[in-house]
Amino acid sequence: MSTTSSPVDYSAVKPNRPWQASPRDRAITGGIFALSVLIASVSVKLTGFSGKLGFFASFVIIFIAITASREYLRFGNALAKDTLVNTLVAVGAFITLIPIVSIIYTVVSRGFKGLYPGLFYRDMSLNAPNDPLNVGGLGHAIVGTLLLVSVALIISVPIGILTALYLTEIKGNLSRPIRFLVQAMSGVPSIVAGLFIFSAILLPITKDNSSILGSLALAILMVPTVARTAEEVLNLIPNDLREAGVALGGTQWRTVAMIVVPAAKSGLITAVILGIARIAGETAPVLLLAGGGDKFNYNPTSGPMGSLPYYIWRSFGAGSEEAIARAWTGLLVLLLIVFALFAAARFFGNRKVGK
Amino acid sequence: MSTTETTYVIPEKRELTTKPRFSDKVFRGVVTGGGLTSLVVLGLIFGFLLYQGYDIFRAQGFSFITSSRWDVTFDDAGNIISSDFGLSAMLIGTIICSFIAVLIAVPISVATALYLSFYAPPLVKKFMVTVIDLMAAFPSILFGIWAYAILMPSGAYWAKLLNKYFGFIPVFSNDQQVYDSSPFIASLILAIMIIPIITSISREIFSQAPLDRIQAAYALGATRWAMIRAVVIPHGRSGVIGGAMLGLGRAMGETVAVYTVLNLVFAINWKILFGVGGNVASLILLKFGEATPFEIKALMAAGLVLFVLTLIVNFSADLLVRSFGGKGK
Repeated sequence: MSTTSSPVDYSAVKPNRPWQASPRDRAITGGIFALSVLIASVSVKLTGFSGKLGFFASFVIIFIAITASREYLRFGNALAKDTLVNTLVAVGAFITLIPIVSIIYTVVSRGFKGLYPGLFYRDMSLNAPNDPLNVGGLGHAIVGTLLLVSVALIISVPIGILTALYLTEIKGNLSRPIRFLVQAMSGVPSIVAGLFIFSAILLPITKDNSSILGSLALAILMVPTVARTAEEVLNLIPNDLREAGVALGGTQWRTVAMIVVPAAKSGLITAVILGIARIAGETAPVLLLAGGGDKFNYNPTSGPMGSLPYYIWRSFGAGSEEAIARAWTGLLVLLLIVFALFAAARFFGNRKVGK
Repeated sequence: MSTTETTYVIPEKRELTTKPRFSDKVFRGVVTGGGLTSLVVLGLIFGFLLYQGYDIFRAQGFSFITSSRWDVTFDDAGNIISSDFGLSAMLIGTIICSFIAVLIAVPISVATALYLSFYAPPLVKKFMVTVIDLMAAFPSILFGIWAYAILMPSGAYWAKLLNKYFGFIPVFSNDQQVYDSSPFIASLILAIMIIPIITSISREIFSQAPLDRIQAAYALGATRWAMIRAVVIPHGRSGVIGGAMLGLGRAMGETVAVYTVLNLVFAINWKILFGVGGNVASLILLKFGEATPFEIKALMAAGLVLFVLTLIVNFSADLLVRSFGGKGK
């Protein structure tokens, strides 16, 4: 376009998005990024500010200095500050990502070695954690974790969902204190839940480990997660549905059972799955209550029960190279379970409420 | 008045009542019962731990909190001659570790939440929210073993740097020149564990910042940072503090990760870079395996102290988050 004073040719005007970064802006940002990396790597080589930490710190400082001073020269103080903050919060977000990437990478790369088919159907009754990786397995641990979790599920899902129903459907005088207490319950340390079941049931009554006690402790930890997620989901159900149910002559019971709960079904499933993810890897109460078994045990009411956390714990404690590789493999299996649960929760959670 | 004779069948008057039917009564009863479970469970936890630990509280009195020894002496027949249980070393360890963890985690979490709420491109935001939610679901044993294997060397190196440049400050001094398994490293892993919690609460609170004021700030020509400082921070301050306290409660009760990383020793240690420390939860796990029935009572008492501590922290956190939630709308 030229600077002539002829009538404006509107067909030549293209809609542009001034708030978006233009290719030129992106190129300049990339250039500054590359320049900062370059300067930082040179300074790490030449000065005493060395190592990964030194590199990261000098890179961040140099990047901030360049971008902020450029903005300052172009637009002045306010935008320089905005750029500074933008970079700082992005660095914060990046720091948050580092451990999770490192955790996943470490578990996969170190746990991968121990995977072999027998791992999933053999137990450790004839093997010590220090044995080579191609004998023994964690089949018993998977069975144990399944039993622990399913019994905990049977106990905690009704309680959690009833609590959520109380908070959303009845909305009685006790709603506020109960919401408060559920919140407090979610903060109960897992070891305290374990100690409670130990002092209330194991010590006076059974006097022996069994996985059902572990499940009870896990249920205490799971109820708040289920209740809070379910409450959120039930709050999303439009009130019209409830009113329609009552207007058709339904009692509150039938409205809730036939309209509200079915409408919230997928969300409630999400709540349950998140609860399972919360307890699947819980270690401390399992160590106290279920004990630790090295062979298959299908009876939740008696005898020590192995579990994935116990398997990892014991292998890690044994200390030899093979044992630690075993622990990483156990962690990999546990991580995969958490991944699967999480993916399932998102799948159900993303479905539209009300279908 | 019409003259035709018509017979009207007048239906009997229906009884109008707001009294709930029987099925509703049952329903309401069951649901209320379910809702009260949390109260019952919390009460039972308190009751049973107090019942089991009562002897210890009576024998030790206030020194259970203030003493720093944890000894039982037996004679040859296995009878207890003397016992001295004191939690102070572990309590101080708990408080040191969890406070440093919160100090490290809060700036990072708030920065992450600000980035996700106001700066991140939509795709990055979606990805990071998923990843952070996933991280919140990781089991603590995973964090513990990862910290032992991966974080420990880096953490010890950072500790050495801290000691080199800030060693003149008493908390950063370290005469032994060994930096592994220190409370500092335990704090680092606790910080990593509570970052997802504080981030998601902060993000939720930032997202409730009043939109009209945000838009008003932009309309007046504010940059994003000016808008955040003028609208989001005043609005979200108490909520973020509440989130930080929830993180604090979580960090105080953490067992397995601390047990894996920390060198558990019964001594009051203010030097955070020196590899001696502990917290109440890991003490319980450590002593549990070999404990005599009498010592188990002491552990129950320790559990009660921990329970009450986390309850107080959680209650105040909840009050802060909620008090904010009321006026935010």
